[in-house]
Amino acid sequence: MGGGTRFDDPWYDALASGWGELDGTGAPAPVVPPMRREQEGRGGGAADVYLEVQRSAAFQEVRSRYRRFVIPCVAVFFSWYVGYVVTATTAPGFMARPVAGAVNVAMLAGLGQFLTTFLFTWAYARHARLRRDRAALDLRWDTQELTRGLRGGGS
Amino acid sequence: MTGNHQMLALVLFSAFVAVTLGITTWVSRHHQGSAEEFYAGGRLFSPMENGFAIAGDYMSAASFLGISGLIALFGYDGLLYSVGFLVAWLVVLFLVAELVRNCGRFTLADVIAARMRERPVRIAAGTSSVIVSVLYLVAQMVGAGSLVALLLGGTSEAAQSWTVIAVGALMVIYVSLGGMRATTWIQIVKAVLLMGGTIALTVLVLVRFHGDFNQLLRTAAERSGHGDAFLAPGLRYGGDWTSRFDFISLGLALVLGTAGLPHILSRFYTVPTARAARRSVVWSIGLIGGFYLMTIVLGFGAAAIVGPQAVRGSNAAGNTAVPLLALDLGGGADSTGGTVLFAIVAAIAFATILAVVAGITLASSASVAHDLYASLRRPRGKQRSEVAVARTAAVGIGVVAIGLGLLARDLNVAFLVGLAFAVAASANLPVLLYSLFWGGFTTRGAVWSVYGGLVPSLVLVLLSPVVSGSPESLFPGVDFQYFPLQNPGLVSIPLGFLAGWLGTVTSAEDPDEAKHAETEVRSLTGAGAV
Repeated sequence: MGGGTRFDDPWYDALASGWGELDGTGAPAPVVPPMRREQEGRGGGAADVYLEVQRSAAFQEVRSRYRRFVIPCVAVFFSWYVGYVVTATTAPGFMARPVAGAVNVAMLAGLGQFLTTFLFTWAYARHARLRRDRAALDLRWDTQELTRGLRGGGS
Repeated sequence: MTGNHQMLALVLFSAFVAVTLGITTWVSRHHQGSAEEFYAGGRLFSPMENGFAIAGDYMSAASFLGISGLIALFGYDGLLYSVGFLVAWLVVLFLVAELVRNCGRFTLADVIAARMRERPVRIAAGTSSVIVSVLYLVAQMVGAGSLVALLLGGTSEAAQSWTVIAVGALMVIYVSLGGMRATTWIQIVKAVLLMGGTIALTVLVLVRFHGDFNQLLRTAAERSGHGDAFLAPGLRYGGDWTSRFDFISLGLALVLGTAGLPHILSRFYTVPTARAARRSVVWSIGLIGGFYLMTIVLGFGAAAIVGPQAVRGSNAAGNTAVPLLALDLGGGADSTGGTVLFAIVAAIAFATILAVVAGITLASSASVAHDLYASLRRPRGKQRSEVAVARTAAVGIGVVAIGLGLLARDLNVAFLVGLAFAVAASANLPVLLYSLFWGGFTTRGAVWSVYGGLVPSLVLVLLSPVVSGSPESLFPGVDFQYFPLQNPGLVSIPLGFLAGWLGTVTSAEDPDEAKHAETEVRSLTGAGAV
């Protein structure tokens, strides 16, 4: 998995029909059997697997891609929303300033909140699809192989 | 309201009830009750289906009737609500949906308990989930009762009481017989009806103003009697500083509470993968955003076409603004068009309430059976019996909600909803975020975080002007009001985060590094997800 690799549509289509989602006939596409539920008193083996995966470069890369995108975005939209609510309640005079016709600053800011919500949603979905999904899926298979191996094959 | 409206509305509503009961029977005949089936509907819904169902779960009658009514009466201040309800979904999308789908099985407690000592954490998270659900449920029941009085003209207390009882009985039937699969299909049907009705009304309003939004705003401002102040914030929340802080508190609760609502979290388990959970949230953000944009048009449309005086004359809280608007758009009270549109809107509002209460009942019965019952008593070989417990719990919750709904008949619906969001944001969100993102989080931190958010939020409400000390309080005769705000969020949400941190740094137990690694790896990759 290369650091800056971009994944394009052919992969996306393949994934869409092969990863546990409904296929055209409405029946579930084949899914790799999920790992069994955590059983009490699970041996140290599985715990080691998760620690090992957590320390692997591939996982660190997925995690940092997620965090590098999500943390700044959350900070931006949360402050933008809190700023909007605080301004609306404490500075109604500013919000009432007319911009064009009957539309004032408050109306623009409110519709702006809707617009930025849609933009953030689109950006997040795109980032996750192109920069995270493939790597996360590889890690999922690898991790499940490792934990399954511990139990002596098959689930 | 004439007899024609009532008859047609009753016919349409009976049709909805018949269809939904049909779905429930069909589902319960073809699928036998495992826990996967009952709580998660078999986990094979498509993202689009689940997106509609999430939107159906979220768009309550309080938004459909309440927010447009608030806009019709107070102009811009009503719009502030809808912004909070929508932006909240970014928190869900970015921080919660995929990770919860990957880590959990049925409930919020699953995610937290995976890392901690199971029993205390399950009991804490289960308790707070049930409390949040019951608060939200009571709000919807009260709304159903007053809606009947308003729309069908049955102003008598008996009519309201029977409505509450009937809604409660129906939701218990849906949930205990049909489980998650029936509930999901009911949400989808309801979301389609609601979106269809809203789109039709919005188009009619815009046609009336020849597509000129500016003209719509101007007419609304003129008829409101407030002039340009109607289009700016301040008419409702612009008074003294207490009411301004109250609104900031509500705004915080709205944006942070959604991600802690148990019936929203449980919806992510009905799709096969985290990727499908993400795509369902994208669908639901599109639907919910579109819906709230249209309620803005409907609200200002009601102010411009019906007029705030007429709206207030029908219902002081503005809840009848949209039905009155429908009557007017259809051609007036005596026309066929007006009668039909009015009846359709009334039936959609009922459908909305029924679907929402079913979703919440299911989530809370899951918390009772899967978290509380399973931790307080651990029978072996419990798979079937847990579903039986959940069905019984649904009946019990239905009875409690009917009882509280009858008692709380006179409480303000919007307040109850705001309170449910505040408790969810204070008790459920901090513990969820800490568990997912903080390696050093411990069992004591988790328990403290839940109770440290839950108890203050409930106590602050008891000490607030809602309960005592003002003429509009529950108990106007006595005065033990020590907290000035109606919504506790501004204080109790930070307290929930603080308590979680404090519990963690003071706990003797070392955080379990391996369990944290497991949660982190599973949440981001989906390894081992059911």
